[in-house]
Formats: sequence, C-alpha cells, structure tokens
Amino acid sequence: MAALGNLTGRRWFSALALGVTLLKCLLIPTYHSTDFEVHRNWLAITHSLPISQWYYEETSEWTLDYPPFFAWFEYVLSHVAKYFDQEMLNTHNLNYSSSRTLLFQRFSVIFTDALFVYAVHECCKWIDGKKASKELTEKPKFILSVLLLWNFGLLIVDHIHFQYNGFLFGLMLLSIARLFQKRHLEGAFLFAVLLHFKHIYLYVAPAYGVYLLRSYCFTANKPDGSIRRNSFSFVRFISLGLIVCLVSALSLGPFLALNQLPQVFSRLFPFKRGLCHAYWAPNFWALYNALDKVLSIIGLQLKLLDPKKIPKASMTSGLVQQFQHAVLPSVTPLATLICTLIAILPSIFCLWFKPQGPRGFLRCLILCALSSFMFGWHVHEKAILLAVLPMSLLSVGKAGDASIFLILTTTGHYSLFPLLFTAPELPIKILLMLLFTIYSISSLKTLFRKEKPLFNWMETSYLLGLGPLEVCCEFIFPFTSWKLKYPFIPLLLTSVYCAVGITYAWFKLYISVLTDPLVLKTKKQ
Amino acid sequence: MEKWYLMPVVVLIGLTVRWTVSLNSYSGAGKPPMFGDYEAQRHWQEITFNLPVKQWYFNTSDNNLQYWGLDYPPLTAYHSLLCAYMAKFINPDWIALHTSRGYESQAHKLFMRTTVFIADLLIYIPALILYCCCLKETSTKRKITNALCILLYPGLILIDYGHFQYNSVSLGFALWGILGVSCDWDLLGSLAFCLAINYKQMELYHSLPFFCFLLGKCFKKGLKGKGFVLLIKLACTVVASFIVCWLPFFAEREQTLQVLRRLFPVDRGLFEDKVANIWCSFNVFLKIKDILPRHIQVIISFCFTFLSLLPACIKLTLQPSPKGFRFTLVSCALSFFLFSFQVHEKSILLVSLPVCLVLNEIPFISTWFLLVSTFSMLPLLLKDELLMPSVVTTMAFFIACATSFSIFEKTSEEELQLKSFSISVRKCLPYFTFLPRIIQHLFLISVIAMVLLTLMTVTLDPPQKLPDLFSVVVCFVSCLHFLFFLVYFNIIIMWDFRNGRNQKKIN
Repeated sequence: MAALGNLTGRRWFSALALGVTLLKCLLIPTYHSTDFEVHRNWLAITHSLPISQWYYEETSEWTLDYPPFFAWFEYVLSHVAKYFDQEMLNTHNLNYSSSRTLLFQRFSVIFTDALFVYAVHECCKWIDGKKASKELTEKPKFILSVLLLWNFGLLIVDHIHFQYNGFLFGLMLLSIARLFQKRHLEGAFLFAVLLHFKHIYLYVAPAYGVYLLRSYCFTANKPDGSIRRNSFSFVRFISLGLIVCLVSALSLGPFLALNQLPQVFSRLFPFKRGLCHAYWAPNFWALYNALDKVLSIIGLQLKLLDPKKIPKASMTSGLVQQFQHAVLPSVTPLATLICTLIAILPSIFCLWFKPQGPRGFLRCLILCALSSFMFGWHVHEKAILLAVLPMSLLSVGKAGDASIFLILTTTGHYSLFPLLFTAPELPIKILLMLLFTIYSISSLKTLFRKEKPLFNWMETSYLLGLGPLEVCCEFIFPFTSWKLKYPFIPLLLTSVYCAVGITYAWFKLYISVLTDPLVLKTKKQ
Repeated sequence: MEKWYLMPVVVLIGLTVRWTVSLNSYSGAGKPPMFGDYEAQRHWQEITFNLPVKQWYFNTSDNNLQYWGLDYPPLTAYHSLLCAYMAKFINPDWIALHTSRGYESQAHKLFMRTTVFIADLLIYIPALILYCCCLKETSTKRKITNALCILLYPGLILIDYGHFQYNSVSLGFALWGILGVSCDWDLLGSLAFCLAINYKQMELYHSLPFFCFLLGKCFKKGLKGKGFVLLIKLACTVVASFIVCWLPFFAEREQTLQVLRRLFPVDRGLFEDKVANIWCSFNVFLKIKDILPRHIQVIISFCFTFLSLLPACIKLTLQPSPKGFRFTLVSCALSFFLFSFQVHEKSILLVSLPVCLVLNEIPFISTWFLLVSTFSMLPLLLKDELLMPSVVTTMAFFIACATSFSIFEKTSEEELQLKSFSISVRKCLPYFTFLPRIIQHLFLISVIAMVLLTLMTVTLDPPQKLPDLFSVVVCFVSCLHFLFFLVYFNIIIMWDFRNGRNQKKIN
C-alpha cells in the first residue's frame, strides 16, 4: 500500500514537472531581452577564444561578467551549440539570432532546469506530512512543488526574458535541502560551487557561513541554548574550509596563474553603475528617490528651492541611469554597503545566539536576501527571486510565514511586470500572474483554514490594489496625453507601490524572527 | 467544496496555452497571392464593412468571389462586420477596400488573435465550464480535471489559434445547445444550436441527433398533449431564429438562393486536399472523383451517410436520454465526416467536441480518439509551420488525461462500456473475453504508428514520384482509426442503454 502511494506520488510530481516543461516549450517564440544576446556572446567568447582572453574580450558591449564556472558552463554548452548553428559562435556576429540559435538557447535553459526539478523533488522530501490531509491537492508537498515548479517569476525571467536562473536556484535549493538532511559538507560544497557560477548569491553567504560555523562546527549546545566553546570540532572546520578553498581554487586558479585576478574582479563588481537600475527595483531606494522627487516638487511649488540648482536628470528619471537627488543627500556605494550590513546583522546575531536548526537558517537566509535587496547598490528587480523561492519552503510550514510569503511573492512578482513590455506578452504575463497568485493564495488558505485568516483588511486591500494599478499603468495611461510628457510615471508608480509591500513583508518577517521564542529548544528540554 | 478554487486555475492554464500557441505562425503567412484562412477572415471583414449587405455573397467588381468569397452563413458575416468595426477604430488600413488585400503586420496579427481569444472566452469556455460543473455523479476534483483535459484539447487550440479560424464560436454555440437540451431548457438549447448552424453550416453534422432527441422527447410526453405543444414551440423557435439571422437576405429570392449556393458548393468535388475520410482513402485505390459523374457522387455519399447514421438516430428517437444524445452526436458527426460530400480535414473538430463531452464516461477511448483527431490534421499543421506547438500541446493533453483519469488502468469491459456487448457475444462465442486486451494492444500500436509517422513526415523527404506520400498515409491511417471508432460508438449506442436494466438481472 505504501509502495502504491509512493508510485502515485511520483506520478503527480512528474506530471507537474512535465506540464511546466511543456509550457516552457510553448514560450519559445516569445520576446527575449538583450540577455539573449549576452549569453550568445558568452557562448562565442568561451568557444572561440583561449581562457586568457575570456575576461579581456570586449568586441561586444556585453562582456563576460559572471564568475569562471559560468564561463565554463557556456563553454560546455557551446560544444553542443556548434551542432545547431556554427555562426552563433562567432564573436563578431553581434545580435545574431537565427531560428536555430533561438531554439538552442531556449532549450538549453529548459534542459538545465532539470537540476531545478530535482532540487524541488529533494526539498519536498523533508516537508513533514503529519498534518497532511488525504486529499492530494491539500498536501503541503503538492502545494510546495507547484509553488516552486510553476513559479511565475522564474518562468518569465528565464523562459521569456531569458536567463539561466533555473539551474542556479536548483543548486541553491539543493544545498538547502542537503543542510536540512544534515549532509552539511555536501550543502557547503554545492553553495561554494553556486557562488562561482553567479556571484549575486554572495548576498546570502553570511547565512551559510554563520550557520555552518555555529551548528556544524560546534557540535553541542549548553542546556540554555548558548554556545559551548569546548565543543568546537577542528576536523569539521577544516573540512569545510578545504571544500570552499578547493572549489575556489578550481574556479579562480587558472586566472591566478595567468595573473588576471584583478581583471576578473573588476568585471565581476562594476561599481560604475548607478544606485538604481533604469527601472527602479522596488526597494528602499525607490522609496527614497520618490520621497526626494516629492520633496523637490513641493519645494519648487513653495519656492523654497531654486529651479536652476536642481539637477536636470532628476526630472526624467527612469531614462538616465545616474540619478541625482535634489533635496535628500545623494547615496554612495559605501553607504549602501553599510546599510545592507546593518540590515543583515540582527538576523545573523539571531542565527548565532538563538540557533533553531535548519529552519532558523532558512529564515536568516531569506532575511539576508531581502535586506540586500532592500539596500543594495544597483539592485535588479529580478533579485527578488532570491528571497521568493526559499520563502516558498517556509510558506507551507506556518500560517504566519504563509501570509508574509503571499505578500512578498505577489508584490515581488508584480514588480517584474515591466520586464515584459511588448504587447504580445501582455496577456501571457497577466494570465500567468493570475494563475500563480490565485493558486498560491487559495491553496495556502485551504491549507491553513483552521487558523486565523492569512490577511488583515489592510493587506487585502493592498493586494487588491495591484489590479487597478495594472489597469492604470498598461491600459489607461498609454491612451492619455501624459504618455509623451511623463513616460516614466507607470514605472515609478509600480516600483513605489511594490516597494511599500516588499518593505512591509521584510519588516514583518524580521519582527517574526526577532520575537520568535525558542520553541524548538523548550520542546527538547 | 473548497476545491473550487482550482477551476479558475484550470481555466487560466487553458487560456495561457491558447495565447502562447497564438504567437506562432498562421495559415498562409507571407504566401501571396492567395495566403490562407487568416487572409480569408480579414478579407471578409473588408467585404462586410465596405459593401452593402446585398453584395456580400455576389460576385461584383468589388467582391471577387474567386478570392476568398464569403461561403459561411450570415452570422459569420455579422461577426466579421463586428470585428471590422473594431479594426476600423484601431487602424482603418486593415480593412480598406482593395488596398488592404494580403495585409500582414505584427499589430494586425495581434488584433486578429485577440478577436479569436475574446470569442473563445465569451462563448466556448463558459459553456464548457458550465457543462463540467453540471456533470452528474462526479466528484468536484473529477469535474475540474475533466475541464482541464477538455480545455487542453490540442485540435481546437491549434486550428483556432494556430491555423486561424473561429471554430470556438460555432462549437461553443453547439455546446450551449447540448447543455440546454440536456438540462431540459429545450427552447434555449435549440435557439443556441440554430445560432451554431447559422455561424457555420458544418454544424449540420450535429443537427440530426438534436432533431431526433427533441422529437423523442415530444413523443415521450405524448404527441396528443404536452408533446405537441413542445413540438410547436420548438418549431417556432427554430423558424424565428433562422428568420432573424437571415432577415437581410430574405428581401429577394435571388439573394437567399445565392447564399445557399455559396454555402453548399456542390461543384467543389467529393473532397478537398487530403481528408481522413472514406472517399479520400478509397481514392488511393480507385479514382472515384474522376470516374463517376458529380451527381452520382452526391447520391452515393448521401446514401452511405444516411445508412450509417440511421440506426443510432432511430434508437435515440425511441429512447431519448442525455447520455444517449451525447453518444449519438459522436456517431452521427463521425458518419458525416467519413461519408458525406465535400469534407474538410478541420471538420474532425465537429466530432471531437461530442467526444470531449464523453471523456468523463469513457476516458480511454475518448483520449485515444482525440489524439488521433489531432494527428489526422498533421499535414495541415505542418503546412502552417505549427509542428512545435502541435507536439507540445498534444503531449500536454496526453499527460493531463493520463494523470487525471489514469486511463491505462481503466480498460476493463465495464470501463469501456462494452460489458453488455461482450455478454451478448459470449452467448454465441463463450471464449470472447479478450476484447479489452485487444483494445489495449491496438492503442499501443496506434500510438507507436502515429509517433513514427510524425517523425517520418518531419524528417524524411518523400520520393519524387509521390510527393504526397506521407500525408496520404497519415490520412489513410487516421481513416482506419475513425472507422474503428464509428463501429465502437455504434456498438455502445446499440447495446449499452437497452441492457441497462438487464444487467442487474444478470449480476
């Protein structure tokens, strides 16, 4: 009987995974952004140039700016690509996109997503099925796999906009799953590999570092939960260090040998870009910029400000990368770094002094991701996925987490809308967004129907407000006379509105982490 | 009850698939001078908008009937007119008389696709959802998965959103008709079905079961009392709705006749292109089209059609039941498709609709049929460069059916509704117990054959002497399947309902 249950279990999972894979195939002819050309160019660079040239090549403006493992990944792909179309591997063939190139690149994303599917499968294993109902659609496992596999953000960023986030998040989820399974070394190894694929994951590295140090290297706690200093295991510490160093050596070693490390790092961390992306990511700085704009308008109205002194770019923001503040002090990279560190610190302290096992680690990881999203320098709106995906794991566990997850996800996903601005993709993004939002809200509501309602009136009205906002921005505004005068208004409205929601979710999560009593420990005692 | 939230999710999945398919190419894209059905629909907008009603169906200097002349009933023309008004609002160039011929642009494609999407959303999908919700003796979950499978049926999606047609309108009206008649709202049901006929004359494939079912209902109520009143009411509804639809064409006798001539073009031959019906398949061995004179072809095809659907129709008239009605719809539409005159490959959709409605009752055979029906349109879909969406949507449909109905475990005699048939055969042949196994094996063979043929058509070049080799083989194989299904459905109709009572005695 158990075997039978297992069998049917495998069947619904493979149906879900296959279903979403087929949907991805249907998305092949959709619009793709310049990232498509970026990755084509990297294929060409890694295929046709020696390693020593990889981080120096600049025929195209889209130079290689991901860590070496990703370059190797493109190198491997390029050896498949040559059977599709040799021309795409020429570095001088800028903006080349034959139909075979398109097919190859889209399918490369779809195939590498297999790792993501496997990771989701692993993550679903440790979801406790104690309170699971008999009904399949109400099982936490089922809900979690839908939330991860059919994630709206991942679908549109990877399979429409074009990026390779799927297998990278697969690596991350897999390493989280390994930590939950107490296979710490494996988890650490996977995360180290991930870091050398895409360095944006550095944002969550503090959580990994502190968790492994606190809960793996220290083998025992005092009865009150505080650290027992003599339990420090050097063997574990050294094996961790060895793994990280070996992975780094494998990745950066060749470039160290070639004496190119400074060049590689200058490509990986370009601080020349502005505080905000062309479209403001919905974070703290979006609110800051908006406040600055409001103040400057008020100042101009009340004649407190001299119009000549106001920097011109500030009135056409959204078009210019460098944003100069009119009233509030301008923000430097160092300031954002300090803000980010300050925002991360409490969660790290929490992880160190109030260890709650892997769940506590997961919360800390999400807080790290969210905090750096809130205060980081030149944050992309896509970075919200770094918080949304791990948060899905938490959402099926507790009603409180589910409520935060839903607010964060819905606003975060809505803030991805400006990524797709072409008319044929408008119905797709609205339909998929509705699909994911309706499913996530109703399934989690059903899961936690015995507890108090997930949203209060304020949250409900905020989420419902996204509907009118979308109608205004994409259906009414283009037909008004403001379209030419203030083309940036829809983007500004979207990012400010979403910033409110994400800040709220961040705040709520922080409060719940800080005020959470040591439930696990008291139970153990 | 809390599971109902899955219904909007399922509908949204269906809509997403529809829209993503619509991003692909359409029939006749960039192929002057005739283009394809996409251009035909655009041309009808141009004609209906710029010419007076009187000239719509006539060959004039402004309306060359050789170039996609209007050959659908008035409702299609009105729909084109409505779309034309919207087009005029957005960009008048799209429907300018003469100059807009062969107009193609991304924006126009988007507009045309949107009109299909809206029509589908307004007519077909609500009817489908309502139908699934009204299913009796099924759990909520089953109703929802049933809706998902029907929404994902690839044939309709590919023809409407890929090839470009408005089948969802006529099929949607027909579905409203079926729904109404099955729920005893006979007048509304027949009104909806009249609209369907007046949108596409091919809906006549469904008309006999409607007629027999309603007539049977009248008989049941007693022709001297309530039944007669109902009959009169139905007749009035049908006549009134036809008159309203045809009002502008009733002014002159010549108008009406001309429309009818356009709707039933007898001189276009027994069949067109490659169709998976008897005549086209038979053509491989014997060129009937050239040997026999036209009027004899008409008579032969009429006789065959009439004979093949007669038993099911008589049975339905004598014992009208919603379930029998659905099965008779399948077998009648299939008879028309296989034997009647001037059939298009797309007409298989008219059979697929009632098969979708019995998906819940006989999941295994229905899924099989729906797969074959999509496969039978392969040559058309390949011509429109829709290979990728066809393969993907077919796989999605198959996975949806396989997971939600677990079709492979449901091949017992009872699940196939063949129990009473086998029992009566066993009276003569006691060892007749291998039917389910045979059907399972046939299914496997058929799927393998379909996959292989698809692969061959896509990868291999046909020999120079026989350029149509693969499409003929595809049609021939599909035709064999359809004959098998015709026999199967007729067996179910003839045996299963009569023996509903007897079964209890036997058990």
